[in-house]
Amino acid sequence: MSTATAKKAVLKEDSMWLQKEMINRNYHEVATAHASGRKVSATFVPGNLNELLMCFDFARRLPETDALQNGLRKKSGKMIMDAERDGHSEDVCTYVKADLGMMLQGDIGPTGEPMPKPDVLLLSYTGCFTFMKWFELVRQKYDCETVMLHVPYQGDGRVNPAMREYVVKQLKDKVIPTLERVSGVKFDIDRLRGYMKESVKAEEDLVGVLQTAKQRPSPIDGYFGAVYYIGPMFTAFRGVPEATRYYSVLRKEVEERMRAGKGPVTPDGDHPGEKYRLVVEGPPNWTNFRDFWKMFYDEGAVVVASTYSKVGGVYDFGFRHDPEHPLESLADYCLGCYTNLNFPQRIDMICRYMDEYQADGLLINSIKSCNSFSAGQLLILREVEKRTGKPAAFIESDLVDPRYFSAANIKNRLESYFQMIKQKRGAAQAVAA
Amino acid sequence: MNVNQVVKRCEGLYEDLDFNAVKQWKVAAPGRKAIGYMPIYVPREIVHAAGMLPVGIFGGGDQLEVIQGDAYYQSYICRIPRSTLELGLTGRLDCLDGMLFPSICDVIRNLSGMWQIMFKGKYVKYFDLPQNYDDATGGQFYVHEMRTLRSDLEKISGKAISDQDLRKSISVYNENRKAVRELYAYRAQKPWQAPTSEVYLVLRAGCVLPPEEHTALIRDYLRETEKQSRPKRDNARIVLTGSFCEQPPLGLIKSIEMAGCYVVDDDFQLIQSWLLDDVSLEENPLEALSKAFLHRSASTASKYDVKKEDKGQFLLRQVKTRGAEGVIFAAASFCDPALLERPMLQEILARQKIPYTAFKYAENTGQMAPIREQAGTFADSIKLWSAA
Ligand code: SF4
Ligand code: SF4
Repeated sequence: MSTATAKKAVLKEDSMWLQKEMINRNYHEVATAHASGRKVSATFVPGNLNELLMCFDFARRLPETDALQNGLRKKSGKMIMDAERDGHSEDVCTYVKADLGMMLQGDIGPTGEPMPKPDVLLLSYTGCFTFMKWFELVRQKYDCETVMLHVPYQGDGRVNPAMREYVVKQLKDKVIPTLERVSGVKFDIDRLRGYMKESVKAEEDLVGVLQTAKQRPSPIDGYFGAVYYIGPMFTAFRGVPEATRYYSVLRKEVEERMRAGKGPVTPDGDHPGEKYRLVVEGPPNWTNFRDFWKMFYDEGAVVVASTYSKVGGVYDFGFRHDPEHPLESLADYCLGCYTNLNFPQRIDMICRYMDEYQADGLLINSIKSCNSFSAGQLLILREVEKRTGKPAAFIESDLVDPRYFSAANIKNRLESYFQMIKQKRGAAQAVAA
Repeated sequence: MNVNQVVKRCEGLYEDLDFNAVKQWKVAAPGRKAIGYMPIYVPREIVHAAGMLPVGIFGGGDQLEVIQGDAYYQSYICRIPRSTLELGLTGRLDCLDGMLFPSICDVIRNLSGMWQIMFKGKYVKYFDLPQNYDDATGGQFYVHEMRTLRSDLEKISGKAISDQDLRKSISVYNENRKAVRELYAYRAQKPWQAPTSEVYLVLRAGCVLPPEEHTALIRDYLRETEKQSRPKRDNARIVLTGSFCEQPPLGLIKSIEMAGCYVVDDDFQLIQSWLLDDVSLEENPLEALSKAFLHRSASTASKYDVKKEDKGQFLLRQVKTRGAEGVIFAAASFCDPALLERPMLQEILARQKIPYTAFKYAENTGQMAPIREQAGTFADSIKLWSAA
């Protein structure tokens, strides 16, 4: 490759480089936090209170991202088996086991640096009971302070004032005092407001990026590409000026592609051409991420919207952090994450995506070890098919357990699914003619 | 009724997947309503105070053929949601005027939304229990949840639930819990007189009977079984834990006993012993229920332990107060809460040198031989160990 083309490739993916740098720097910050006198927090992606944690100068660890990164680097399989050998059931969530397995292997993080013991586990999570057990397990091992933020579920499909009040009260009476005590830093609400102002800018740009998929062809992949786009927002960077810059660069890149009529960027370069537009429900598989993605773009499929890209916040229906009401807005953020929505809401959301993004069908990737997503997905499939008249398909894999990724099976299923879409389309055209 | 008749009656209720007891209760007076609830805990007092029958729904057991329910769940999800759906889809739950889904795990939580979609027109409530145990925070939220339930039920029944109604119901359930405590204490004292396969059936009857009737039934059982002297065996005394939601088949409980174990404590029907002592009749009733929940309730995998030191204390107390010699972890396959909790509890037991063994089951497990073998080996090792 000539220097000129190499430079071009780098320029084309400025946002990707930026993100890689940010992630690596964060791992390094976490790894060296104790040496530099900083405390370390650990928390989860859905309902993560990054702006709040920043108010106390914590270096921020996210065990799910560790598991994901280890999955991408093909290290999670051994970690999971180590955890199972250590007495963890083969039936339970593999994210948890990948994390515990990493600890058993000496707690070397995905980038090769040793991970410090967290000083506080912030059990702020939405929509998955496993999170609670996960941190109880980590606490049992590390013996570190844990603080719980219980976020009530939208069982009735709405947030009532008592739910919001409950979360705010916990923030005021439990979470903030604990974080103050552990960090030794006094809480300053104006600092929180400041971070939130940054968040809003980034949130605007993220939504802008995700919504470009309404175009034909879509300049992004709203699932395989979106998992990169949501990275900084859903982890240790929301509220950081760097993240704001990342999203503004990303948005410009994507809008440029849109103007040029280009499709998404794939690991093999430009997308070969949009033939099928899909909505995807469920998390992706990380251990075979590229092979998985390739099965889609090789067939001309583009994911135009996904629910997984909303697990750390549903921003596209209007929610933004509100610096004027910082604590209430943190509560609303937690209460509104995708995993905290009830089934009728989830189905409405998917149907809305099918319509607004002019999708040809719905694909569900059911994760073997994730009850939170998987229990009930077959009803989602039926309901969405019934309501939209569009075909839906179901595949099964796992997030980070390579034993449950059967490439041949998935490929077969996808191919017949694409055939089905084609036939349906043909039939519809025949009727129209 | 002698003890066999009491047990027979309970067995009849347990096996009746058409919930005829509920139907009979409803037709006995005009306008009666029944509300189902799933494991682990809901404040049944509120349903009772509304003049309604709270009905415990614990899946389909091993007698129900699950056909439609399977179409909604992948193989890697536990069985209780699919058999519960089967009960619903085959009309067996038509006698219920509503369903409560307490916050226990993601599967039951998701089922609450599925129920809203699949059984339109029925009252459905996801009942969120607090994981924060401060009166002013978790308590306030919980009282609000209960208030919502109260007013929802008032709308369904068309009549107000007064504080006095609530107090009366609390008192009825205090008495029921007292009887359950007596039953547990009796079994721990004389497990040969009150085999768990019977105790379980007596408790399960509480899912479909009005509490007053259930309390009387427990006492009938205690009185009658005491009259009949049964052989005492040299069995190992064990606490069984992890079966708080999907229930093991009755055959499994029998197998454990046949293998040489006396179950001296368990968490099968946790709702009935969830509140550890009487709920106050002096205070505002909802606040009294809230305080009992927050400060004096059982521990289980679905409930957060505030401090590391709290983990396992409830189980250790069960072992100690019941004079148990070991613990059997029996969890439903794919049950995340129970299976994630298990290694933590095992570590604590190991530290205390309390022997344990573990297995998984499904409500329709048919093959008992491996479980009988495992429980037998465990019982033998306990006896050898204590003899040494
Ligand atoms: S069960 Fe699912 S949502 Fe919960 S921690 Fe595991 S992967 Fe995440
Ligand atoms: S058996 Fe376990 S996973 Fe299944 S519904 Fe009950 S608590 Fe949830």
